[in-house]
Amino acid sequence: MRRYFARKLLIYALTFVAAVTVNWMIPRFMPGDPVAAMVARARVSQPEAAEAMRSYYNNLFGFDEPLWQQYLHFWGALLQGDFGISIFVFPTPVGDVLLDALPYTLGLMIPSVLLSWFVGNWIGALSARRKVLDNTVLPVGYLLTAMPYMWIAVILAWAFGANAGWFPISGGYSLDITPGWSTAFVLDALHHWVLPFLSLFLVALGGWAIGMRNMIIYELESDYSSYLAALGAPQRLIRRYAFRNAVLPQVTGLALQLGVLVAGALVTEIVFAYPGLGSLILASIQNQDFFLLQGAFLFIVIGVLIANFLIDIVYVVVDPRTRTGMAGGTS
Amino acid sequence: MTLTVNDLRVHYRTLRGEVRALDGVGFDLADGEILGLAGESGCGKTTLGKSLIRLDGRMRHAGGTVTLDGDELPLSDDRAMNAYRFHKISLVPQYSMSALNPTRRIGRMIRELLASRGVSVDTGELHRRLALVGLDPDVLERYPIELSGGMKQRAVMVISTLLDPSVLIADEVTSALDVSNQQAVVGALRGLRDKGLVTSMIFVTHDLGLTSHIADSIMVMYAGKLAEKAPTKVLTTEPRHPYTKMLIGSLPQVGARYKDKPLSGIEGSPPSLLNPPAGCRFRDRCPLADSRCAEEPPVVEVAPRHSVACWKAA
Ligand SMILES: Nc1ncnc2c1ncn2[C@@H]1O[C@H](COP(=O)(O)OP(=O)(O)OP(=O)(O)O)[C@@H](O)[C@H]1O
Ligand code: SF4
Ligand SMILES: [Mg+2]
Repeated sequence: MRRYFARKLLIYALTFVAAVTVNWMIPRFMPGDPVAAMVARARVSQPEAAEAMRSYYNNLFGFDEPLWQQYLHFWGALLQGDFGISIFVFPTPVGDVLLDALPYTLGLMIPSVLLSWFVGNWIGALSARRKVLDNTVLPVGYLLTAMPYMWIAVILAWAFGANAGWFPISGGYSLDITPGWSTAFVLDALHHWVLPFLSLFLVALGGWAIGMRNMIIYELESDYSSYLAALGAPQRLIRRYAFRNAVLPQVTGLALQLGVLVAGALVTEIVFAYPGLGSLILASIQNQDFFLLQGAFLFIVIGVLIANFLIDIVYVVVDPRTRTGMAGGTS
Repeated sequence: MTLTVNDLRVHYRTLRGEVRALDGVGFDLADGEILGLAGESGCGKTTLGKSLIRLDGRMRHAGGTVTLDGDELPLSDDRAMNAYRFHKISLVPQYSMSALNPTRRIGRMIRELLASRGVSVDTGELHRRLALVGLDPDVLERYPIELSGGMKQRAVMVISTLLDPSVLIADEVTSALDVSNQQAVVGALRGLRDKGLVTSMIFVTHDLGLTSHIADSIMVMYAGKLAEKAPTKVLTTEPRHPYTKMLIGSLPQVGARYKDKPLSGIEGSPPSLLNPPAGCRFRDRCPLADSRCAEEPPVVEVAPRHSVACWKAA
């Protein structure tokens, strides 16, 4: 058991290092010069002033050092939680910009991922035993999963926002309210949260429901189910076993889907101009703010790694077979 | 009389029509009797066993009756059959190796199964029965994956017989085992009968040699029908049906262990059961076939407890 987790942790650490390195490389070897862009934005006419500004920024961001030093400094700063200074919202530290956006992304993702997983599995399990339900769940489920995140977000925004006017279709809160822990703000934020949440929830829901339905049907036809039925065990017991065994691949599926879910959340944020990491990434690309871009990607990588690790632990807890495998056969 | 099967017909519904896997089979199983059921692959052995305990969704009870200890079994009424399953009639399935829920410890699965049937577990008795088949009580704390194939098989044997059924159907319990394990399993099955934990037994196999070690009588099936049934001694020494004769003849000596060969040593293959031809189904492969065989031979009792379905047997 301990060796299993030690090995897993090592894999996660290596993934992290690789992700950080790639992350560091991409903006540096990307076309475009962010410092030049900033200098241009400042509209200084004298060449000397522009030059002074350029070297000031180069020095500030560390671009005047050799690459390997930049890389080491990058790690050093990273380990101190220093992600650099944002160019887009200069001179706010990237860490602060990201921390402001993070609650919105997490508040969108965690409930939509977990709820769609639970509700989807539940609907799938129900539809595996009710023909009528099955006939609706299957087509609707396929429709939902096949739908790109962007579409469903646009459709929802059009139907419930622009048309019905029930929900705001843009932003994370109204502009006339200051963010804080007041009831008014929380209610307002919730109101803005509904549509982006719903679009993420719906797309994922279909996939989980179909997966669960198929897995349960497979489990109900497996040998252990036949054996229990031959011994006259009630359907209740057989279904309970089938459900339990069918959930296991769904847990793995959750781990595999995380990347897709994150990408979906980012796109959805952009559609709804929701002030989370997705919108920040868009802004940082538009403004060539690669410190911000790096920081956002790192946050996402760390988040996905943590989530994966949690799923690993859950899987070990729910599937005895992985546990026995770890102990090396018999326990 | 424990079990009486009369002209039982069970078909599989398929897209191409009904497969007549069991096409009029009748026999008796006496109290305490172990009946060996032999015949080549596809002749309907598993179908017979399943018909007696649970028809799956594709199976249809097309005719005939089964009487157990005086009650006629409601074969096609899945709910009513529940009263008999496990308590009266039980099964060690052909797929024993995968018959246990992989994510439950065996002991817990047994507790949950018994509780669902309204029976509580007598731990002492459970341990005694495990010992009877050579299993340690600690298998109850293990997951199926942690047991060898033979151990799983024996665990299933213990589970299936926990409620002391009148009839146990043991379907190919030895096929996947090596020789020493086969002997152990056969011995354990006989032990269950001798101790009265199981009243009677149907021992399904395609290994005639092994059957003669355990069975009191042997029934040979061919293409969904009974070919011959007789006490073991009689069937192995004076078979009357040409098919049985060929089976026995292909054994170097009765009871000798002969891997896989016995039932495949005959040329040709049985007819399709989708639209079986009229007349004797063994006709195409029978060296004695003549014009009369175009008519179906009835099952005739040629001697006490010795029935044969062949025109040339009388
Ligand atoms: N689900 C099914 N659908 C259609 N036909 C089936 C089905 N199951 C079995 N059959 C047919 O019924 C016949 C009898 O099958 P059965 O499983 O009873 O054979 P068996 O004697 O147990 O063979 P084996 O020794 O290989 O286990 C075979 O011809 C088979 O093709
Ligand atoms: S009835 Fe005819 S074909 Fe059938 S086994 Fe007897 S002799 Fe052979
Ligand atoms: Mg079979």
